[in-house]
Amino acid sequence: MPTTTRKRKAEVLTNITDVFAEPQRKVSKVHPQVPKDSIPREEAALPATPQTLTEGMDSDDDFNSVASSVDLGEDMSSSVDFGAGESDVDVDDDYQDDGAFDTTAKDLTPQRKHFEVDFKVYSPQDIQSQQDTQVAEVSNLLEQPTEATAILLRYTRWNKERLIEQYMDDQERMLEKAGLGQEINQNPPRLEVRNNFTCDICCEDGPGLETFAMNCEHRFCTDCYRHYLTQKIKDEGEAARIKCPGDGCGKIIDSKSLDLLVPDDLTDRYHQVLMRTYVDDKESLKWCPAPNCVYAVECGVKRKDLNRVVPTVHCDCKHAFCFGCSLPDHQPTPCVLVKRWVKKCEDDSETANWISANTKECPKCQSTIEKNGGCNHMTCRKCKNEFCWMCMGLWSEHGTSWYNCNRFEERSGTDARDAQAKSRQSLERYLHYYNRYANHEQSARLDKDIFHKTEKKMTLLQSSSGMSWIEVQFMEQASQALQQCRQTLKWTYAFAYYLARNNMTEIFEENQKDLEMAVENLSEMFEKPTDQLAGLKVEMLDKSSYCRQRRVILLDDTAKNLRDGNWQFNVELS
Amino acid sequence: MAGNKRLLKELAECQQNPPPGCKIALENDEDILIWNVTMAAPSDSVYAGGNFKILIKLPKEYPFKPPQLNFKTKVYHPNVTNDENGSMCLGMLRADEWKPPNKIADVLKLVRTVLASPQPDDAVEQGIAEQYKNNRKEFDKIAKDWVNKYAK
Repeated sequence: MPTTTRKRKAEVLTNITDVFAEPQRKVSKVHPQVPKDSIPREEAALPATPQTLTEGMDSDDDFNSVASSVDLGEDMSSSVDFGAGESDVDVDDDYQDDGAFDTTAKDLTPQRKHFEVDFKVYSPQDIQSQQDTQVAEVSNLLEQPTEATAILLRYTRWNKERLIEQYMDDQERMLEKAGLGQEINQNPPRLEVRNNFTCDICCEDGPGLETFAMNCEHRFCTDCYRHYLTQKIKDEGEAARIKCPGDGCGKIIDSKSLDLLVPDDLTDRYHQVLMRTYVDDKESLKWCPAPNCVYAVECGVKRKDLNRVVPTVHCDCKHAFCFGCSLPDHQPTPCVLVKRWVKKCEDDSETANWISANTKECPKCQSTIEKNGGCNHMTCRKCKNEFCWMCMGLWSEHGTSWYNCNRFEERSGTDARDAQAKSRQSLERYLHYYNRYANHEQSARLDKDIFHKTEKKMTLLQSSSGMSWIEVQFMEQASQALQQCRQTLKWTYAFAYYLARNNMTEIFEENQKDLEMAVENLSEMFEKPTDQLAGLKVEMLDKSSYCRQRRVILLDDTAKNLRDGNWQFNVELS
Repeated sequence: MAGNKRLLKELAECQQNPPPGCKIALENDEDILIWNVTMAAPSDSVYAGGNFKILIKLPKEYPFKPPQLNFKTKVYHPNVTNDENGSMCLGMLRADEWKPPNKIADVLKLVRTVLASPQPDDAVEQGIAEQYKNNRKEFDKIAKDWVNKYAK
């Protein structure tokens, strides 16, 4: 990808702006991207107030000054982005924002959708330059060369504040701990030939043997040094904290030395691993979990916030995932409930289905009984209760009607069936939600299949009806809307399973019903014969946009109430 | 490769001047990667009088990867697994702690030290470790029994 930084929420926002027009765009700009240095921002999920905005940025002076003078919501690097995609919109907004900053900020803040969180997607190049900037900054402050600073930063897992504090506290100790020895050698690392040298690893001692050592003076031949590094980088996936190969030496190999020694064919891998540790070390950064995706996403939502927000982020590779747990987007259900639900489904679903289909409970002791043959005269093995399998009534009331039950209502039978119903209720309740959950999952797959089939037909349609390629794209849009809405719907059922009834639930169920209806209506259209599809374009686009709209309404309502703690769940969230 | 010269040198050194209590031979002369060691337990230890067979397998990547070490003689010891592998858990043999300049002779010295003074806090056999800590008398008795039974 040529650009360095992409706009967040590009995908969703365009959808929403279709429906909600103007203000939305500005909102996306008023809220800052999570600042580069990712100072912890409390409750990042909530609409940021101007105050948190300043707090977040003020330790990063460069960023602050540039960002605020150019464009409040964008960071430096994204100004490079102008000229591509949505740039004209950005520029327009800038003029307006510049004119009346105060009012716009105040007016627009509350209008951000509650289910959206601030995030930012970084390419590998962005991550590299981020590291470089931070190293340069700290390097100035500590008056250490950049190589040493990089090691120090990696050692403290990129926690700048902690590094500076510890460094100021006891410089010698900090350097020692990070493997930098007492004094930092200003001499650049180099290969040397020494007389009478025997390599301690391979025992080679020939003349002219090239050797290398850091200033800890553990000297080995370059071949062995390289071999050692290759193994660490390639097999053990280490990069940031490789120690000197010397026996018992804890000195960490700096990147200048590595550049000198790492074989060319491994440099890429080495930088990849280095980058990986950078992202892994920072709580505010996560790799996009999509296969082969190289982007990382930054988001300020903390682990402790996850009970009040479901931070779905959208990677530039189009994959939407939860920043909290890295699973595919599962709004509106909070991570904890998702984990519980998935586990429950794995454990229970098959068993529960079978129990539901093949067993009944003993009307007296509620033991689950499978009738695997024989007559209707049941004797519970546990409590010795004798009852009729058909009507669940006491066998003693059956008189002589052996082997078949043709009686209609007898008291003991109704009571027993009531009790049975109650004990089944929790199981049925689970199955109710599970079946709908599973159904949407499956339907989403089927919708996709149908879409792919239709897509082929559309290509034909293109040639037969004389429509241009761009004109048949509405199918794709509709299909995407469908997928997205089904994904959301699916999770509303897991959400609903754990939801305790209060006066809020009704609104939720209404929203759920409306979205479901909208989705089914749209889904139906895909099954229409291909020759009719061209004529349905407008209707299909309308229905897609209605679906999206219903989804936004549902998500916004659930997210807002989650944030405010209005939902009651029948399990503990933590 | 780099390993070969080093290995020949190590083997020669070990045979000429073996680490204390150790006799070293190759399992078969063709294969320099499998070493047979017979280790006499230190005379001041509970295992005194015992001769333990230890098999050392060297990976192809040696010395960049650590050797593997197994007790072939059963030994009642908190740090040696009581199974057919007889693995001993040594810090220096872990991939992330092993350094290429480390030598087999160093490993054997360490093995002998650990043999003489068990480290119950890094045990692989929890039960034996508990006993070592809480009921030394019983531990010593069983350890000696095993020496008489298996290591003579």
